[in-house]
Amino acid sequence: MVPTNYYVILSAILFGLGVFAFVFKRNIITIFMSIELMLNAVNLAFVAFSQALGKLDGQVFVLFVIVVAAAEAAVGLGIIILIARNRQSLNVERVDLLKL
Amino acid sequence: MTAPLVVFFVLAALAILGALSLIWQKHPIHSALSLIVVMVALAGLYLLMGAEFVAAVQIIVYSGAIMVLFVLVIMLLNAGIEEHTSISKLAGVPGLLLVIALAGFIAATIARSSETVQAAMQTGAISSTKGISNMVFRDFVYPFELTSFLILVAIMGALVLAQREKS
Repeated sequence: MVPTNYYVILSAILFGLGVFAFVFKRNIITIFMSIELMLNAVNLAFVAFSQALGKLDGQVFVLFVIVVAAAEAAVGLGIIILIARNRQSLNVERVDLLKL
Repeated sequence: MTAPLVVFFVLAALAILGALSLIWQKHPIHSALSLIVVMVALAGLYLLMGAEFVAAVQIIVYSGAIMVLFVLVIMLLNAGIEEHTSISKLAGVPGLLLVIALAGFIAATIARSSETVQAAMQTGAISSTKGISNMVFRDFVYPFELTSFLILVAIMGALVLAQREKS
């Protein structure tokens, strides 16, 4: 039996790495992937607490988070395609004007 | 050290290495493959916790569907190696400090709440998939129906965003 603390600490480490990737990376697709990494870290904490409390609510919440992440990925990648088509670049530093 | 603990540490190391590799790699497709490693390792951790349905969904939806979408878009846009300017390198320093502060805050919270978490801990294999289906289609049926509406809106949004403007 693995203590719940370990899972929560791993979740915190993954979330921190996701935040760092979000701040540090410059490619818009990689930034989007770091958001997915943070969502995964939160899912791990949900499942860990669900197991610790002996209730299934956390796992149901994880399913909803995955559904929302899928919808978010579809819309976000549409936006990324639009940005790449309009700016000819995926670097977020070149996407600094509201209007072309 | 018992067998579950060994499996946990192997999978946790795999997940952390994958996340570090996501940051380290310069090419977005390498980052995407690193993220798939993280997701598969997390699916293994869900199996270890006895959440087999969540593990299956994680593999099928996350590392299957969503990451295929990512890889497809990376190839479609022909994304190259990312370029770092001096400003973005400078932004890494406060970013790292902020992340360390955030990790310290989370660690302090966990350390303070560890007794209550441990006290609430009760082992007992709950029949995961059957229980989840009971909850989704009984207690959470309205949110479940709302997600179908959300997906419909997301499909329409993606279509509208990605279509070419008629000139």
